[in-house]
Amino acid sequence: MSRAIRVFLVDDHALFRAGVIAELGTKVTIVGDAGDVDAAIQGIRATRPDVVLLDVHMPGGGGRAVLEAIRETHPDVRFLALSVSDAAEDVIQVIRAGARGYVTKTISSEELVRAIVRVHQGDAVFSPRLAGFVLDAFAGELPPGVDGTDPELDQLTTREKEVLRHIARGYTYREVAGRLHISIKTVETHVSAVLRKLQLSNRHELTAWAAGRDLL
Amino acid sequence: MSDTPATTTPPTPPAPPAAAVGAGHARAPAKPPRLARPQQGRVVAGVAAGLGWRLGVDPVLVRIAFAVLAFAGGAGLVLYGVLWATIPPAAEAPPRRRPATGQQAVALALIVLGVLLLLRAVGVWFGDQVVGPIVLLAAGSAVLWTRADTDDRAAWSHLTGHAPGDALRRAAAAPTSPLRIVAGTALVALAIAGALATTGSLGGAQELIIVLLTALAGLGLLFGPWLWRLIDQLGAERRERVRQEERAELAAHLHDSVLQTLALIQRSSDDPKRMVALARRQERELRTWLYGATATGTAMTLTEAVQGITEEVEAIHGLTIEVVVVGETALDEHVWALLAAIREACVNVAKHSGTDRADVFVEVQDDQVVAFIRDRGRGFDPDSVPGDRAGIRGSIVERVERHGGRAALHTELDAGTEVEVTVPRPGPPTTHVSDRATTTPGGHRP
Repeated sequence: MSRAIRVFLVDDHALFRAGVIAELGTKVTIVGDAGDVDAAIQGIRATRPDVVLLDVHMPGGGGRAVLEAIRETHPDVRFLALSVSDAAEDVIQVIRAGARGYVTKTISSEELVRAIVRVHQGDAVFSPRLAGFVLDAFAGELPPGVDGTDPELDQLTTREKEVLRHIARGYTYREVAGRLHISIKTVETHVSAVLRKLQLSNRHELTAWAAGRDLL
Repeated sequence: MSDTPATTTPPTPPAPPAAAVGAGHARAPAKPPRLARPQQGRVVAGVAAGLGWRLGVDPVLVRIAFAVLAFAGGAGLVLYGVLWATIPPAAEAPPRRRPATGQQAVALALIVLGVLLLLRAVGVWFGDQVVGPIVLLAAGSAVLWTRADTDDRAAWSHLTGHAPGDALRRAAAAPTSPLRIVAGTALVALAIAGALATTGSLGGAQELIIVLLTALAGLGLLFGPWLWRLIDQLGAERRERVRQEERAELAAHLHDSVLQTLALIQRSSDDPKRMVALARRQERELRTWLYGATATGTAMTLTEAVQGITEEVEAIHGLTIEVVVVGETALDEHVWALLAAIREACVNVAKHSGTDRADVFVEVQDDQVVAFIRDRGRGFDPDSVPGDRAGIRGSIVERVERHGGRAALHTELDAGTEVEVTVPRPGPPTTHVSDRATTTPGGHRP
């Protein structure tokens, strides 16, 4: 099933691209790859892939620039952010710009294929690190002076936090479902809701949060 | 009496440093070296060494001369004492040495001979049967164990700083020419024979002892300096080995610390913050190692601390650890206990789980700090291995309990292991932390 998914790869490290193509080449269809922002935008528009694997950090504006350019013309293309280790702000920005998930490059190729399938189906993919970033972003009270336009969007439910904590601890969706006695579908619903809040809520614009990350 | 030459004939001195030899060659014609008693190359007080270097003869010859004169009614001892009192000790640098020549050596020998004859005429004398063999012994020893040629000496001092095996070979081959060996041995043998001849009138048993002692003395004369040189070389060799071991230790330490960190920095070139954290940690570590003092002002964040610990375990045990830290807090002793427990749990994963991956999740909550260390390894039945897991009890459970926290172990055969550790969160600076310790029951676990 995954073989039918058409994947485009964007990363400024040629060696890494070669590695991913070698690992995924038999499991998905790699339709193209690019090493910088402009080549990526042109390539994606030309090949119209199902899923784009996107490096967060790249010369020429980063993954976010690619996302924003493509979303204007091809809103149906889905993005999965893939990176070694990034600042929380950058990852959150890419998610808010429209990526459906974030995984680290240490992921095994089987897990990466599963993540691609999940993004292709429209679900969210949370790596432990992204779960940690999101928990961090939603932690604490809104600072005074910033009005939450929609209180619903500005905080996570207890259940959502519970799911995110388990993901941060390294559990898969299936394991989380088993431990919380809910179905996998319910887990996916929770993480998709978290993703929606992350993208729509304005609390991540908060400089207070970014500053809070650096408290010494 | 006739065995005394063996002990009074001084052995060959340790070689003077190569630098002194070079300097002597370069400047000797312009200005003769000052007479002084050097610190290096001395046997008793440096009188012979200083004289030898000043006169341009091997100090060994001077020593032999003193020894011979000592038998002329103790004149040598008196002379040595007077010179000891009058010649000033050399400054730090060894005195410049005039190149030793055969002519100077012969001159010295003739002077000594002249003084001996003079003393004999005056009557300050122990008797011909004693002094005669001693003069022969001294001559033999001088021929055997001194070298007037400067090239040889340069080579000799040169080798102290070089390959030990080579040095050993040279020391073994110290007497330079076969002719010298033959001549020197003949003189020594003649001296022994002469000494024995003079004691011929003594009783049988006594005679045997004297013969043996004399033979031993002769052997000592023949091989003593060689043995001395050999021991000296072995010492030099040992010092060289110690130096090399120190170097190896230094290299090993740099490899374990600095090179590992550089590798980690290369791997994390995408993340400036992490690079800075790594560099800072390495700097601290290196400083501690170099100066033996812990650096002050270690304002580390919780994230940096957790990453530092997990990177260390990664580097040592080849484990890949996915680290997620939510929230920040000051690092107090409770949090350090938590960090130590995290480290121990990660090491346990590396040692016992059978996997090479672990997840570490640390969250700062309202009143506590929680850490989960999880692996997907083989797990174990906690009831079946009570003794084996004493490490977990001691280094994890009891450690955090001392700090008002608690630890729990969740494990299942073939489903992995998860260690959960909780400690009270450090309060604001004004609040006493231990007040909070009792108010932390009930985690967030489902």
